[in-house]
Amino acid sequence: MTPLAGCLLVSSMLFAVGLAGALTRKSTILVLVGIELMLNAANLNFVAFWRFGPHAAGSTGMIFGLFSIGVAAAEAAVGLALILAVYRHTKTTELNQLTGGPQ
Amino acid sequence: MLDQMFVLLKHWLLGYSPAVLQPAVSIFLTILPILLVFPVLFALTTVLERKGLGRMQNRYGPNRVGIYGILQPMADAVKSLTKEDIVPAAADRTVHFLAPLVLLAVAFVPYAVLPIGRNMIAANLDAGVLFFFAIGAISELSVFMAGWSSRNKYSLLGAMRAVAQMISYEVPLLLSSVAVIMAAGSLSTVEIVQKQAGFSGIFPHWYVLTPWGFAGFILFMIAATAETNRSPFDLPEGESEIIAGYYLEYSGFKFALFFLGEYLGMFAISGLGITLFLGGWSAPLPFLTWVPSWIWFFAKLLGLIVGFIWVRGTLPRLRMDQLMNFAWKFMLPMALVVVVSAGAWRFLGQGVMRWVVSILFIAVAYVLLARGVETRNRIAKRTYRFAE
Amino acid sequence: MIRMSATFLILSAITLIGACAAMMLRGLVHCALAVAIAFAGLGTLYLNLGAQFLGLAQLLVYVGAIAVLIVFVILLTRGGESDATPLPQVALPLTGLAVAGCLFAVLAWAVFHSFAVHRAGTQATPATVRELGAVLMDSYVLPLEVIGLMLTAALIGAVIIAMKEKQDTP
Repeated sequence: MTPLAGCLLVSSMLFAVGLAGALTRKSTILVLVGIELMLNAANLNFVAFWRFGPHAAGSTGMIFGLFSIGVAAAEAAVGLALILAVYRHTKTTELNQLTGGPQ
Repeated sequence: MLDQMFVLLKHWLLGYSPAVLQPAVSIFLTILPILLVFPVLFALTTVLERKGLGRMQNRYGPNRVGIYGILQPMADAVKSLTKEDIVPAAADRTVHFLAPLVLLAVAFVPYAVLPIGRNMIAANLDAGVLFFFAIGAISELSVFMAGWSSRNKYSLLGAMRAVAQMISYEVPLLLSSVAVIMAAGSLSTVEIVQKQAGFSGIFPHWYVLTPWGFAGFILFMIAATAETNRSPFDLPEGESEIIAGYYLEYSGFKFALFFLGEYLGMFAISGLGITLFLGGWSAPLPFLTWVPSWIWFFAKLLGLIVGFIWVRGTLPRLRMDQLMNFAWKFMLPMALVVVVSAGAWRFLGQGVMRWVVSILFIAVAYVLLARGVETRNRIAKRTYRFAE
Repeated sequence: MIRMSATFLILSAITLIGACAAMMLRGLVHCALAVAIAFAGLGTLYLNLGAQFLGLAQLLVYVGAIAVLIVFVILLTRGGESDATPLPQVALPLTGLAVAGCLFAVLAWAVFHSFAVHRAGTQATPATVRELGAVLMDSYVLPLEVIGLMLTAALIGAVIIAMKEKQDTP
């Protein structure tokens, strides 16, 4: 198993953990945390291919990772602001109570 | 020879170790001075601070232990080691235990990128300044951990205030260093110091002697005071306000660890200020270059520490909303203007013109912003109110 | 034959344990601190792989800003107080775990049946900050400007969404 395969496995595991958390937890904040973990797993993929894989331009992987970090930060800020606004109106952050599904 | 004394000592000692262990021994020998020197400096600073504050407040400081109280840190160490370690019953034990450890670890790591002398740096990273700020940002989490795990409303309040303050003042800190990075063209601390090591006539090439550098240095030092929760920005830990804020529920050795972490952070950020603005280890005048480089670094560091103590004894504490207003409405625009001014300095050639343009940028921005902060967000003529 | 270094294994173990703890712990603040550990582990993984600027940017942005933001919002929405509900918390938790497990199986199959297992190309790509800066100003200047615009929009948007609304008192 080469280092590249090791990195890819780690990033797949991280992605799966993030997905499992986003699908099973009840609190909206933890769903957002799961989404951030998934984004980070994709970033790790990019860096692994930048370091080990064949590529044309020298630093494309790293540049993409950098922009991905920036976009994730903006998305986390706006998502958490939305959670705050929803909390002010409905006084809860639990997904069950927000969607009106089975309690 | 005296200048490279420690480097030669390290190489000599390295020669005595077996070849297979040499990387590990080399790393150990590089880290050991940092672990020894800065805690001793911390002990000295506690005495200096208490005596200095005492004199400024027209009283003697501690003067019982040793001549002029110089052995006071030993008494403090014995006290903090033998005090009972009380953990509140409702506290979250794991996080409560981990918070001072995380703070201490994060306080020691940034010293690796500070060039203490010529060829005396622990890790010559390509992105040294960014490393420093990244590790400094992690310390906010440890402050929050300390405040939250105590399950005490006052600690939590102190922790939230401290984290909000640290985040707000991080932006002017980073922006004023961006001006220096732009002028030096590199993020590596070694290169930044080397760019400032020349002399033109009798004046050194330090960035603090340029208009944007001077303004940037002042902004950096104000932001550094706020980042390390020192007075006048010490509302989160003010003794008369919130008892002790986020380290209220800590006693004995853990309290001493918090204290150590805070002072180490202060030294580290002063060290970065010296590296970025005051020329690192370079001498101030061309005929003084025979003095070893590490002596200049520690002399400048002591000067900045004395400055911190002086400011603590002189200025009153800022209220939380005044603090936040100051950061976002004055320091952030001012830091942006300093960056623009540094750019103008670089692109106008040598001569009087670039001095005039830089000073003009900074002066105009300062007057407008200071009036803006003062008169409640209306930039207006100064009005006077007299008592009837 | 595993040819990965011990540091890589330790760092990835820390990251995965942090991520699993973040998704499994009961208290919200504990989850937030565990995900901060996962982010820090990832940052050090990037440093291990030689991406210096990216690793330090990850530490600065994710651990220093996003983790702190998550913690702030947890405290502002009183999440840490009432965590008495036991852990299977949605109606069908096993479905989520099964979906994630299937996804991981597919990805692992894809990795093992690709060229990655056979070819171990180690490119010595210099990644100095100076080169990154040159490339950002040269080929990637449009994404740079767009991300500046996007960050400004996100900043203003987040402030407006989270602002306290003015009370309409008669």
